[in-house]
Amino acid sequence: MTPDATTPGAPPPAPDARHAAARRVRVVLLVLRWLLTLALTLAGLLLVTFVIGRKVPIDPVLAVVGDRASASAYAAARAQLGLDRPLALQFLLYARDVLHGNLGMSLLTSNPVIDDIRRVFPATLELATLSTLIGVLVGVPLGVVAAARHNRWIDHVARFVGLIGNSVPVFWLGMMGLLLFYAKLHWVSGPGRIDPLFDGMVDARTGSLLIDSLIAREWEVFFNALSHIALPAAILGYYSVAYLSRMTRSFMLDQLNHEYITTARAKGVPERRVIWVHAFGNIAVPLLTVIALSYSYLLEGSVLTEIVFAWPGIGSYLTGALLNADMNAVLGSTLVIGATFIALNLLTDALYRVLDPRVR
Amino acid sequence: MRRPAASTPPADPSANPPRRCRDWLLSDAPASRVQAALGYAYRRWTRFASNPLSMFGLAILVLLVIAAALGPLFAPHDPLQQVLPDRLLPPGSPSHWLGTDQLGRDILSRLIYGSRLTLSIAVLVVVVVVPIGLLIGTTAGFFGGWVDVFLMRITDVALAFPKIVLALAFAAALGPGVINAVIAISITAWPAYARLARAETLRYVHADFIHAARLQGASRMRLLLRYIVPLCASSVIVRATLDMAGIVLTVAGLGFLGLGAQPPSPEWGFMVASGRNVLLDAWWVATVPGIAILLVSLAFNLLGDGLRDVFDPRHGD
Repeated sequence: MTPDATTPGAPPPAPDARHAAARRVRVVLLVLRWLLTLALTLAGLLLVTFVIGRKVPIDPVLAVVGDRASASAYAAARAQLGLDRPLALQFLLYARDVLHGNLGMSLLTSNPVIDDIRRVFPATLELATLSTLIGVLVGVPLGVVAAARHNRWIDHVARFVGLIGNSVPVFWLGMMGLLLFYAKLHWVSGPGRIDPLFDGMVDARTGSLLIDSLIAREWEVFFNALSHIALPAAILGYYSVAYLSRMTRSFMLDQLNHEYITTARAKGVPERRVIWVHAFGNIAVPLLTVIALSYSYLLEGSVLTEIVFAWPGIGSYLTGALLNADMNAVLGSTLVIGATFIALNLLTDALYRVLDPRVR
Repeated sequence: MRRPAASTPPADPSANPPRRCRDWLLSDAPASRVQAALGYAYRRWTRFASNPLSMFGLAILVLLVIAAALGPLFAPHDPLQQVLPDRLLPPGSPSHWLGTDQLGRDILSRLIYGSRLTLSIAVLVVVVVVPIGLLIGTTAGFFGGWVDVFLMRITDVALAFPKIVLALAFAAALGPGVINAVIAISITAWPAYARLARAETLRYVHADFIHAARLQGASRMRLLLRYIVPLCASSVIVRATLDMAGIVLTVAGLGFLGLGAQPPSPEWGFMVASGRNVLLDAWWVATVPGIAILLVSLAFNLLGDGLRDVFDPRHGD
């Protein structure tokens, strides 16, 4: 780590330096351990998708040669697909392909799966990001206020929101939203990402229609896209609000029971400052990790939401592939969603360790 | 009732006036182990019953169980019978209280029959998942060392997987159907139980009574099955009840995508999906089954919260 400290002939390092060196070693070990966990988990995911791929009731060879092929043609096709090799070797080859970004061809679109996903994933990210934003802007203050006014009406509202958020099927809530806000009240635009009229009017730079249209200063496009994304983002964001307000509330309740809060109140700190500076400052780190976690849940939760709103993201792509037995596309989407989910989860864990001095 | 020991007084003292029965249950000096156990259960029950929300959840679930068990007696119509002239009747129609769907099938009857599917899938998942989680978790916690490291590594890996997406992929690979839905959900549901069981095991494994039992010559198997596993039971039950809420939603989600029970069976999620095409003209076809899903999931959440307050006061607030 510190070459001069260990070079023979150099004066013996001061205790401080030795201490720092030991700490650096520990940090490096932690990072290595974290990377190992990440690699192991991703390998586990790969193994699962590999097993699913082998378990499909449809014989992939028959799909290539047809069911009237001769035995020799069948064997040749089987060998060409690599299915005659030992399973372990097949898995390694599969892992190599995936690591090279080769997820196979989609039967449905006859494009490489990776290209399809690259095309649809930004729409999902845009939806999940906006939903998380709603969740943070509404859920966190709601949780803080609920904890500050424990067992008062606002607290009951927060608990009700959290409870329903745990119990309501997202696809149904989406349909009810469409029924009310689109069909009856005409507050928002219907399914889809944008009206066909505006489709392709702005250059795709970031993949987010909202940001792209802002950059291009196409206000009509921007507001049209906004009216399309508002409802699905609100529905998905509701789950984020439910989760974040519940977690924030319980973190805050925990903090408010501490003695330093009593001390602060006793010495006359205004209540607002006690809540928002003293207590809230101490939950910032766990809150940040919870927000990251909620983002990964939303990525997953977007699958069912996207179907209801015909949102052209990875969820729609995945389910379209599911219903058409397009296994390459199914497994590719599962891998991409899964890898993002895992990476976010573990990043959250790392973030917690880096930011919280007690864990560090 | 779900907890007969708690809700109904034992046969012997029930002959006495209710006041004395209660005194007997709450006695400070129980004369037998049975009395002590019943008294304990009774105290828990009163604590549970004092929360109206938990009781509301319990009531819905009791109704659900009755509907599933005695469905044919209650259902006004055959859930599969198509009466095309009676298509899309709104709720409140005579003899069709909750209306009919596109094929003229009575929605209330379909809901009642569908409760069997929802309930049996949720129960099956728990029956499959809990023993697996208990086995892995208690083994890891009890034996420690490399067994612990190995089992928990696997659990952590599985815990980090996205549940819904993997369940979808499994259901797609296995083909649609009830049993396959159970398998798909189970595969992603067990790690949480393994973690929980391990944590509980670690709380007890160095306790004095375990050492005492070991010194008396109890085998490892006996320690695990007779001492550790029963101690994990309460938190696992709480967890399973809360999990049921999520399982009901996942089952409905799979059904919504057509990966659960196959038509024409009245699976609630699939009923919502079939109402999508007529959402604007006949809102009830999708709305009513959705409310049923919401109520059942809510009931499991409320019941689970109530049980947690009773069994595990540490988490209550």
